[in-house]
Amino acid sequence: MSTATATELPTLNAEEIKRYSRHLIMPEIGMDGQRRIKAGSVLCIGAGGLGSPAAMYLAAAGVGRIGIVDFDVVDYSNLQRQLLHTTPDVGISKLQSAKNKINALNPHVQVDTYEEALSSDNAMRLFKGYDVILDGTDNFPTRYLVNDACVLMGIPNAYGSIFRFEGQASVFATKEGPCYRCLYPEPPPPGLVPSCAEGGVLGVLPGVIGVIQATESIKLLTGVGNPLIGRFMIYDALNMKFRELKLRKDPDCPVCGTHPTVTKLIDYDQFCGIVQPAQDHSAGATVSATEITPVELKKKLDAGETPFILDVREPNEYQINKIPGSTLIPLGELPRRYQELPKDRQIVTQCKMGGRSAKAQDFLKTVGFSDVLNLKGGILKWIDDVDPSQPKY
Amino acid sequence: MPNTIHIPTPLRPFTDKQESVEVSGATVGELLKDLTTRHDGLKKHLYTDDGRLRNFVNVYLNDEDIRYLQKEQTPVKPGDSLSIVPSVAGGVL
Repeated sequence: MSTATATELPTLNAEEIKRYSRHLIMPEIGMDGQRRIKAGSVLCIGAGGLGSPAAMYLAAAGVGRIGIVDFDVVDYSNLQRQLLHTTPDVGISKLQSAKNKINALNPHVQVDTYEEALSSDNAMRLFKGYDVILDGTDNFPTRYLVNDACVLMGIPNAYGSIFRFEGQASVFATKEGPCYRCLYPEPPPPGLVPSCAEGGVLGVLPGVIGVIQATESIKLLTGVGNPLIGRFMIYDALNMKFRELKLRKDPDCPVCGTHPTVTKLIDYDQFCGIVQPAQDHSAGATVSATEITPVELKKKLDAGETPFILDVREPNEYQINKIPGSTLIPLGELPRRYQELPKDRQIVTQCKMGGRSAKAQDFLKTVGFSDVLNLKGGILKWIDDVDPSQPKY
Repeated sequence: MPNTIHIPTPLRPFTDKQESVEVSGATVGELLKDLTTRHDGLKKHLYTDDGRLRNFVNVYLNDEDIRYLQKEQTPVKPGDSLSIVPSVAGGVL
């Protein structure tokens, strides 16, 4: 990636030579390769599951400048997989935590942190000057934004994505290679993407995928090996299988094709069909006629009313916490089990935060249930407002 | 001889958690039709209301994207396998 000639590359001091000796003795890397790594820069989008292992290995390998974009704070639920962050870091910014770890691991690395949400307004400014962008984001709008900015700026994208036990990796947006849009011209509509019902991730999975992204970044910086360009790697952790699919550069691709229609960054939320909520649901500003708050539900129960509380989460979530007296039918099973519900009682649908249960509510109305309320804010809000003795997840 | 369709994790709730399904047919389209007949819940995830394959669902015959073969008309041989590769956004999670 670095086009600098050997004389322009930074030199290594005695400490660095000792530190990188296992690279230096390999002919594929050697002194020239290590100096290219030192001259190189990688911008990690996100310091989470994928960004953590990637940034740590990039730092250990001696990448001269590592940028990190994130605006999150370390949470207990991150520690199961985000190895940059440790228990004492809970509550501090991920950027500060990441910077501390990288500095401790390798003080020769310059760490530049950007505490902002990546957007169409700042992406080009943030990406400028980096040799590789490492995409470790968690949502479709940012995926398309990163891809388009990489294509428009001619910066390769070391891509990785994870879901439960399965990961994907590729290198997009190189000059000759395909981009993310060649593979997926358009995002799925929000209703059809897997919901939090099927969410979760095996903690070690982002380790594997993030390290593939770091590997590809180092190959791009040094120019060694065969990069994962035009190939799509799918990793199945449960069965321990890697599959490789061919990717082609699509001449009709809207951003990297021969007649691109996307020539500048667009509104990616709109492109992905995401409508920003008018108010913060967790704050509970307004309650519509089809919703009920946990406090109202508690009042009903205390008053002796007997609404049928339908929990549409998965069984393993139900094991963590539940509203007393609720009945579990996971959302996916509802279409074939709704006859189990009483026709003559009010039904209150409930999930973790209110999203899946809203779908259940819509479904029940289509099959003839008229008196259905959705518990606003789900079990988490119930725990906050009614029963703090139960654990949250 | 039946062919195998690999089901990606996000779609497994619609195949009774099976990671692959045995199907039969002479073309990619017939295999997919057989799949959605066996697992009706998959239909709306794979096809639009007017019966076209959704464009965020990529289908591979072995390691090749069917868009670069003969799409759903692509003939299949015994032992060929199909993979459905949907877009997945997760990362930081």
